[in-house]
Amino acid sequence: MSRVNPGGYREAAAATLRDEPDVRDSVGSATRTFDAHRRTAYGAIDVERWRDWARDVKSHALTHLDDYLEQAERALLDRGAQVHWAETAADALGVLDAIVERRGVRSAVKGKSMLSEELEVNAHLERLGVRPVETDLGEYIIQLLGEPPSHIVGPAIHKSLEDCRRLFHDRLGTPLSAEPDELAAAARHALRAEFLAADLGISGGNFLAADTGTLALIENEGNIRLSTSLPPVHVAFVGIEKVVPRFTDLAGLLQLTARAATGQPIGNFVSLIQGPRRSDEVDGPEEFHVVLVDNGRTTLFADDIAWEALRCVRCGACLNICPVYRQTGGHAYGWTYSGPIGSIISPGLLGLEEAMPLPNASSLCGACTDVCPVRIPIHELLHHWREEAVAEGLAPRGEAFGSRLYAAMATRPGAFRAGGGLLRHTPWPWIGRSLPVLGGWLQERAAPKPSRKSFLKLWDEGIE
Amino acid sequence: MRVSLFATCVANEFFAEACADTVRLLRHLGVDLDVPRAQTCCGQPSHNSGHVEDARRMAAHTLDAFADAEYVVLPSGSCAAMIRAVYPDLIGTDAARALAARTYELTQFLVDVLAVESLGDGLRGLRIAYHHGCHALRELGVERQPVHLLRASGAEVVAWEADQECCGFGGLFSAKMPEVSAAMADRKLDTLPRVDVLTSADGGCLLQLDGRSRMRERGISVRHLAHLLWSATGR
Repeated sequence: MSRVNPGGYREAAAATLRDEPDVRDSVGSATRTFDAHRRTAYGAIDVERWRDWARDVKSHALTHLDDYLEQAERALLDRGAQVHWAETAADALGVLDAIVERRGVRSAVKGKSMLSEELEVNAHLERLGVRPVETDLGEYIIQLLGEPPSHIVGPAIHKSLEDCRRLFHDRLGTPLSAEPDELAAAARHALRAEFLAADLGISGGNFLAADTGTLALIENEGNIRLSTSLPPVHVAFVGIEKVVPRFTDLAGLLQLTARAATGQPIGNFVSLIQGPRRSDEVDGPEEFHVVLVDNGRTTLFADDIAWEALRCVRCGACLNICPVYRQTGGHAYGWTYSGPIGSIISPGLLGLEEAMPLPNASSLCGACTDVCPVRIPIHELLHHWREEAVAEGLAPRGEAFGSRLYAAMATRPGAFRAGGGLLRHTPWPWIGRSLPVLGGWLQERAAPKPSRKSFLKLWDEGIE
Repeated sequence: MRVSLFATCVANEFFAEACADTVRLLRHLGVDLDVPRAQTCCGQPSHNSGHVEDARRMAAHTLDAFADAEYVVLPSGSCAAMIRAVYPDLIGTDAARALAARTYELTQFLVDVLAVESLGDGLRGLRIAYHHGCHALRELGVERQPVHLLRASGAEVVAWEADQECCGFGGLFSAKMPEVSAAMADRKLDTLPRVDVLTSADGGCLLQLDGRSRMRERGISVRHLAHLLWSATGR
C-alpha cells in the first residue's frame, strides 16, 4: 500500500472540505442513499439472528484458518486450479510475472478488487508492460482520472454526475448533457473491446468455500463475470481471511453482504467459480490461479482484540453510516481501506505507527458497530488502537502529559475545583487560540460560555 | 429514596444552572438529594483518547466519591455511559459493577426508576429539537425517555432527519480534528427545522452545537435538557 495523503489525515480532510466542497455533497448523498437501502433490507429479515450467525461462521473460520486454507487448497487443486501462497505483496505480484512472460500478456481486464488496490496490481502490470483496464464502472471512472478508490463498494462515490459527464465527454466523446444511461452505455461499448482483447483477467474474491474450493464473487454489472471467464487466464487475489468452511455458508453470507452493502437481497451477478474450463465446457479460462494473500493479515490476527476486524466482508456499511467518513470520502484516510473499518485494519496491516492517526479519525459514536453485518465491534477496536498507541508512546507527548496532569487534578477535588474556576475565568478568545486543545476548538467554534458560578458553588450557597 | 447527584465536570462549569434545575426537579419529585463533595470528572476524556491508566485513576476516585450512594444520577448521557458501560471492565471489581448498576442518566432515572409519566405542561407550544447524544443512545439505550418527557409536557418534538447522527463533539476529537468535527456539526445545524429550542442530555454536544451555531451566527437557542424538564413543571 502507498499513502495517498502525504500531509496526513487531518490536513487531507481539511483540504477536501475547504477546496472540494462538492465531495462532501456527493459522498453525503450517496452514503445516505446506500444506508437507507441497507436499513430497509435489514428490516426485511430477522437481521440480528443473521448477524449472529455470520459472526460465528467467520470467527470459526478465522480461528481454524490453517485447516480451512489447506482444505481449500486441496479442493482447488482437485478442480484444476493453481494455488499460490503469498506472504507479502511482492510475493503476490510475483505470480503475475511468470504468467505475463509465459503467456505473452499485453492487456488485462480487472474486476473490482480492493485487495488488488492494496497490492497495487495496476502499477505492477504497467511495469511489466501490461495495460490494466478496470471494468467496474466506478473503477473505470477513477482509473481514467488516475485516482484510487474513495469507497470500498462505490469507488467513485466522491464524484458527481457533472464530474462524470465532463470526464466522459473528454475521454469517450459523449455529449456534456449525457444522461447516466448514455454514460454507462459509452463505458460498456469501450470496455467490450477491452474484454475481447484481454489476455488476462484479474479479480478478487468475496468468499472462498473450503470444502468445495469455490470462489464466490458478488457484483452488479457483469464485468466480473466477463473478466473471470472470457480471457484465457484468470488470476484471483484472495485474502486468507476470505475462507469460510462450507459451500452452504455462501447462501447466507452472499445475501447478508448484499443487504449490508447496497440493500439488495443479493447481487445482480453471483459467480461461483469452481475451476478452469473443463474439456466438456465451452466457457471459462484455460488457467485459473488463486493467490492466497497474507500481506499483514496474520499480524492483525495475532492481536488478541483487533483480530475480529478480519471478519470484515468489505460491504462498506460502516463507511455509509459514518458521520466522519461522510464529510470527506475515503482519500483523506490515506490508505486503501478507508472509513471506520480501514482505521481498524490499517494499523494491523501497516503497523500502528504508520497508520496513525487513523484510530483518532472517529468521534467513537458507535454507528458503525450498529450496522456491521458480522458484528465487528468497530468503535471498540478504534478505542483499542488508541490504547495501543498510548502504550507504544505514539500519542503526542503534550497529550500524554495533559492527560496525566488532568488525572492528577481530578483525583484532588480541591485542585480540580480551583482549575475549573481558572478555566471559567480564562478569556478564551484571547488566550485559547494559542493553546493545544482550546486552539483546535476555537478555530471552528465560538468560545464556550462558562456559567457565572460553578454548580458546586451554587450548591454550597444553597439552591432554592 | 436517596440520590447522589454527579454534576460532571463539563456541566459543573458550563451548565451550572441546568445542574441546579436538576436539583430543583428531583426535590420537586420528592427525592432526597445529596451532592458528594469529592466528585470531579468520570475520566472519559482520558479514556476516549486511549490514556486508560489515567482514566482508571479517575474512575477509582469517582467510585470512592459515590461509594455510599443509593442511586447516582447524572445530567449527562456520556458520563453515565462511562460509569455504566466502561467502569465494570476498566476497574473490574464488584464495587464498580454495583456502581454501574445504580447509575442513571437523568431522564432514564425519571422514566425508568421513578416512573414519571408527565412533569407538567410547562412546555406547551414550544417547538423543540432533541439531539440524541451517541453514548446515551447507543450505550445506555436512552431514546424514548427524553422525547417522552418533553412531549408529555406539551412540547412538540420536531422530526429531524439528523437527530440521531453524531454532532462531531467526540471529546478531544473536536480539538484534534476540528475541521471534520465542525463539518459534522454543520450537517446537524443545516438540517435542523425551525425550532424554539435545541436541546440534548449531553453538555459536550451542546457546547459543540452552540459554539458552531454562534460562530456561524445561526441564532439557534441551545439549552440543556435538565433546564427544560424543570421548566416543564411550571414552577
